[in-house]
Amino acid sequence: MPPLLRVKDLRAYYFGFRGTRVVKAIDGVSFSLEAGETFGLVGESGCGKTSTCHAIVRLLPASARIVGGRIELEGEDLLGKSQAEMREIRGRRIATILQDPMASLDPLFTIYDQVAEPAYYHRALRGPRLRQRVKELLSAVRIPSPERRMKDLPHQMSGGMRQRIVGAIALAGGPQVIIADEPTTNLDVTIQLQYLNLLKDLQRASGVALIFVTHNLGIVAKMCDKVAVMYAGKIVEMQSVRGLFYHPRHPYTRALLNSIPKLGTKAPLYIIPGQPPDLSHLPAGCSFQPRCASAMERCRVEEPSEQHLDDGATTRCWLPLHEATTRG
Amino acid sequence: MGEPLLEVRDLKKHFPVGSSLLGGVQGWVKAVDGISFTINSGETLGLVGESGCGKTTTSKLILAAEQATSGAIEFEGRNLAELRGPELMDYRRKVQVVFQDPYSSLSPRMRVGDIIAEPIETHERVSRHEVRSRVAELLELVGLRPDMSRLFPHEFSGGQRQRLAIARALSTNARLVVLDEPVSALDVSIRAHIISLLEEIQTRLAVSYLFIAHDLAAVAHVSQRTAVMYLGKLVEVADSLELCASPLHPYTKALFAASLPSHPDEAREEIVLSGEVPSALNPPRGCSFHPRCPFVMPRCSEQEPLLCEVSPGRRVACHLYN
Repeated sequence: MPPLLRVKDLRAYYFGFRGTRVVKAIDGVSFSLEAGETFGLVGESGCGKTSTCHAIVRLLPASARIVGGRIELEGEDLLGKSQAEMREIRGRRIATILQDPMASLDPLFTIYDQVAEPAYYHRALRGPRLRQRVKELLSAVRIPSPERRMKDLPHQMSGGMRQRIVGAIALAGGPQVIIADEPTTNLDVTIQLQYLNLLKDLQRASGVALIFVTHNLGIVAKMCDKVAVMYAGKIVEMQSVRGLFYHPRHPYTRALLNSIPKLGTKAPLYIIPGQPPDLSHLPAGCSFQPRCASAMERCRVEEPSEQHLDDGATTRCWLPLHEATTRG
Repeated sequence: MGEPLLEVRDLKKHFPVGSSLLGGVQGWVKAVDGISFTINSGETLGLVGESGCGKTTTSKLILAAEQATSGAIEFEGRNLAELRGPELMDYRRKVQVVFQDPYSSLSPRMRVGDIIAEPIETHERVSRHEVRSRVAELLELVGLRPDMSRLFPHEFSGGQRQRLAIARALSTNARLVVLDEPVSALDVSIRAHIISLLEEIQTRLAVSYLFIAHDLAAVAHVSQRTAVMYLGKLVEVADSLELCASPLHPYTKALFAASLPSHPDEAREEIVLSGEVPSALNPPRGCSFHPRCPFVMPRCSEQEPLLCEVSPGRRVACHLYN
């Protein structure tokens, strides 16, 4: 049986100045996702994680083009679909939760209208059954007194509630995959914990697969089963969450883990020298090589290919990092 | 640690609400409601709390951008409210700020050199030549090249811009820098740069910081002492490492429980707070945290707990400990 979602060697470039400036936002990304699994996509801004999400639902901006690779949902190729066919897939089979709940809710429509829309189009619910479904969804995301709150407009809700409404909208079409792009960035820590626990509960109840895009390794540790670390448009390391935290293989992953302050210590932070590269002028060889503490001669010349290690981890690095000792 | 540089005593700031055209104030938002703390010279005090708890109002009061409703701010032994004219200017020179978003805090139409020189020119009578050499020194201090002073802010990355904002704050030999979420808008790897830079500058110049943030791990890393704020009040003040090791106030405990684990097997006491922060317009009676508190007692809804010292240097406002 094919995996629920498979992305294979995906490449999407942004073309600027009449094609003279090419930004390789996604440069050969491959991963797969099983039903009920939570997959984390981590990286700093501009590494291509959001572009990857947009490419999966085929909502890249006009300046970007998918130039290669495959995206398969249950073995069906999504890249061959027309936008009309994609509309049948978005919301019904793949739903998204975006970072800013105020921007993803329409300020002029009531909560009821917005939560009902996917259920109306994708699940063909009407009348009292639709109303019942909206009520169920709102109670599922723990909106108190849903009957009353569904007549409200988004501005009458707090930030945490709005983000839960967005969650209800994502669930309304009954999707198999939910892509959550930094869903808790604008929330306070205690509200963030509430929301993450809610997502976990919803996932347990509905068996939906989650793609969690974040720059926060703490969220990954809490939420995900499998993680991919992206750097400059490529997945530089992919493995299980435990593997990533206990045996990080790529120098970038290790550097990231060591650059985060840990509660209760004042140990100096590791500083990754330099800046993330300009995606239209990537350095020769490995993209991380100019900032890498363990760069070798080979790294400056030859781009590392994907290495499959014994324990199922993959990494794009020439270093045989077998017994990496640093721990998160 | 040096002697007290800034002393805040029973500081309050209440904002009127609902004053319509025909007058009539309908209520008061008690944004800051009786907080007291000190910052010693060369020390960093962390201030943590969720949005709407009054962190930013506190920083505005200290920056003399808002006037306190009551209470006192004493800087180097002098009351801020009594400073006038040149003395107030001097206060503003010594107390500077770095904001969260380096994209909106730097004028896009000024050259970097002018941005950093502006405070020097406002506060000091010095020759142009000296200004230029001071700007060059400051750029080097924050890890940028002196020849960058001719560039505009848009030519810099987010992390570099935050360095510029820090250089501007230090340009007039500030004694206290209010850092209002200085790293939250930055990428993970850049955060470490800025945190280390701030720590390095503090050891070199013995400047004090008020570090405001919601990321507990970062606050505890940078500051010697941490104050936790909830709905306009301080609920706990303690040594940062002690606070991490054993938070006392239930709200502090919940904040620590909510902060994300640093690896997947980290065992944590799960305290999931129900509900959201109540409106500051209509705070609950008694302890303002009691409707969300997992350890609530009958007394909590009637009597407001005071911030009391429970062990040397450690103050908690909770009936559980008094």
